[in-house]
Amino acid sequence: MTKTMLVGIDGSAPGTRAAEFAASIAGAQKANLLVVYVIPWSPFTFNTPEENESRHRRREEEIELARSKMLAPLLDSLAGAGCKVEGLVRHGRPAEIINYVAGEKGAVQIFIGRTGDSGLKDLLFGSVAGNLVQTASVPVTIIP
Amino acid sequence: MNKIAINGFLALLFCFAVAGASAAHAQSEQGALSPTQAWIEGIEDPSLGYRSWIHGIVPAKPAEEAPTGIDATINAITAPVASFIGQVVFFRVEVFGAGLPLVVLWLVIGAVFFTAYMGFINLRGFKHAIQLVRGDYADPNSQGEVSHFQALATAVSGTVGIGNIGGVAVAVTVGGAGATFWLIVAGFLGMSTKFVECTLGVKYRQEFEDGHVSGGPMYYLRKGFSDRGMEGFGKFMGAFYAIGIFIGALGIGNMFQSNQAYVQLNNVAGGALDGLGWLIGLIMAAVVFMVIIGGIKSIARVTEKIVPFMALFYCLFAVIVILMNITVLPQAVANIFAGAFTGEGVAGGALGALIIGFQRAVFSNEAGIGSASIAHSAVKTDEPVTEGIVSLLEPFIDTIVICTITALVIGTAQVADPNFAGEAQGVAMTSAAFAREFSWFPVPLAFAAVLFAFSTMISWSYYGLKGWSYLFGESSASQINYKVIFCVFVALGCVVQLGPILDISDALVFLICVPNILGLYFLAPIVKKEMNSYFARIDSGEIKKFK
Repeated sequence: MTKTMLVGIDGSAPGTRAAEFAASIAGAQKANLLVVYVIPWSPFTFNTPEENESRHRRREEEIELARSKMLAPLLDSLAGAGCKVEGLVRHGRPAEIINYVAGEKGAVQIFIGRTGDSGLKDLLFGSVAGNLVQTASVPVTIIP
Repeated sequence: MNKIAINGFLALLFCFAVAGASAAHAQSEQGALSPTQAWIEGIEDPSLGYRSWIHGIVPAKPAEEAPTGIDATINAITAPVASFIGQVVFFRVEVFGAGLPLVVLWLVIGAVFFTAYMGFINLRGFKHAIQLVRGDYADPNSQGEVSHFQALATAVSGTVGIGNIGGVAVAVTVGGAGATFWLIVAGFLGMSTKFVECTLGVKYRQEFEDGHVSGGPMYYLRKGFSDRGMEGFGKFMGAFYAIGIFIGALGIGNMFQSNQAYVQLNNVAGGALDGLGWLIGLIMAAVVFMVIIGGIKSIARVTEKIVPFMALFYCLFAVIVILMNITVLPQAVANIFAGAFTGEGVAGGALGALIIGFQRAVFSNEAGIGSASIAHSAVKTDEPVTEGIVSLLEPFIDTIVICTITALVIGTAQVADPNFAGEAQGVAMTSAAFAREFSWFPVPLAFAAVLFAFSTMISWSYYGLKGWSYLFGESSASQINYKVIFCVFVALGCVVQLGPILDISDALVFLICVPNILGLYFLAPIVKKEMNSYFARIDSGEIKKFK
C-alpha cells in the first residue's frame, strides 16, 4: 500500500517551502502527498442571527476561495514532483485539524512550515508547528 | 437597486407618519390610566401599568407638551384596540385573591405536559446538552458551520435582558421571597417547552435556493398542520404567528428596549439627559442601522462579545455580594422556601407567590413563545434534536441561574436591611441591593442594561424580519423595508411613550403562544419519535463522539 504524507499550508512562504520539501520527500519515497489548508475558525465565537443564517453559504464560499486561490496554484506547481498530490480544505484550529486529518487518512508523517512569528503572539496563542510537535501522533518535520 | 431605494424611501415615509401619529398620541396619553389598564393591573402598583408587571420596569417620562388635534383621533383608534387585545390576552382569573393570567396558565400547563411527555428531557438531556455545546460530538470534517455554542449564545442574548435585572425585583416585591422558588420550578419546566419548539424549528425550516434558511413557528405550524391534512388551518396559524412576532419585534424587542436603555443612561447621568431622548434615540437607531442594514458586523460582534462578559460579570458580582452577606444567606434561603408554601404577606398566599414566580419565569425565558426557535433554525444540522437539546440550557441560564442570583442578591439585602431600597422599584431596586456593597455598581449595571437592551434589539430585529419575510417574501427589497421600519422604531422608543402600541405589541407576543403551544401539542409525537431515535443512536454508538 502506498504511504500518505501530509503537509499543512497557510499561504505563507514557509508553508509553500514545506509543501515543496514534502513533495520531494514523498516523490523519493513513492508516497502520496496530501496538502491541507485549514481556515482558522472557532466554534466558540458570538454571532448575530443573520450571520448564523448565512454561515453555511459563507463556509462554502470560503472553501471555494481557498481552493482556487491557495490550493490550486500550489498543486499545479507540485505537479512535477513525481508523487500523487491531493488537496483538502478544512475549517477549525489548524494544529487540531491537521492532526485529525493525519489520523483519518493514515498519514505516516506531517510536514509543516514555521512562520517564525516570535514573541508575544506565539507566547499567547502558540504556533501551529509548536502545537503539532506536542500533540501529533506521527513524526513531524518542521521546515523553517 | 433602484427598487430597493424606492421601497426604503416609502418605508421611511410610513415610519414618519407613524412617528408623528405616535408622538402626538403619546402627548395625550399622560395622566390617568385607561379603565382597561387599571383593570388589567390587578395586584401591582397601578401607576406603572401592566407593562411594568411584565417587564419589571419604570417607563420613561412622556413628553410634556399639550396634546394637539391629531392625537385625539389616534388615541381613539389605537387605545380601544390595545385595551381589547390586552383584556383578552392578559385575562386574569381570580384565584384565592390572586390574579392568574390565563396565558401564564396556558404556558405552564404546556411546560408540565412536555416535561412529562418527553420523559423529563430537561433532566435527561442536560448533560448531553453540555457535551454538545462543548463540541464533543462535532465532526472535525464539518467544522465551519454554526456550532451549537454559537446557536445557544445567539438565542441567549435575545432572552437575557432588563427583565433579568428589574423584572425579578418586581416579582420579589409583589410575590415575596417565595416567588423565587416557583420561578426556578417554572424555569425548569420551561426547558422542556424550549426543547420541543427548537427541535421543530429546525425540522420544519425552509431552505432557499441560495443556501440561506428560515425557520420558526410560522414554518412548523404551516407545514406541520398541512402534513396532517389541515392545510388551511396551518396557513392561518403560520400567518397569525408571523404577524404577531413582527409587531412584537417592534414593541417588546425594539421600542421598549431602546426606551429602557435611555432610562438607564439618564439615571446614571443623574437626569442630565432629560429631554435628550431624541438624541439618544437617533444614536441608537444609527447604530442599529449600521448593524442590520449596513452589515457592519464588527459592531454586532463587539456587542455580542461584550454581552456574555457582562452577564458573567453581573453573575460574578452578584455571587460576591451574596457571599458578603453570607451570614444572612441561610435566612434568605429559608424565606424563599417558607414563602413558597405559606406565601406570608403576599396577596393570594402561596398561590400568589406561585403565580408571580411562574409569570416572571415565562416572561423572562420566552419558552413557549417560539422566538428562540427562529434563532435556532438558522443552524445547519442533520439532527434537529441536537438543537432542541442545546436550547434546554437557555431557560436554565436565563431563569434558573441569572434570575435566581438576582433574587438572592435582593433577598439577602432584604434580610440585612428591610428598607434598603427605599421607594426604588425594578432595576433601581436591584441596583440599590448591589450598591449596599459596591457604591459604584449602579454605573456598570446601567451600562450592562444598555448592552442587554441592544443585543435584545439585534436578536429581535431578526425574529421580526423572519415574520415579515414569511408574509412579504424573502426579496432584499422587502427586507430593507422592514429594517428601515425597525430602525425608525428604535429612535421612536426613546422619544415617545407609545402606550397603546406597546400594549398591543406585548399582548401579541403572548397571544402567539396560543397557536405556538397548540402546534407543539400537535407535533409533540414527531419530536418524541425523533428524540427516541436520536438517543438510541447515541447509545448504540452510531452517532460518534469525537472528543
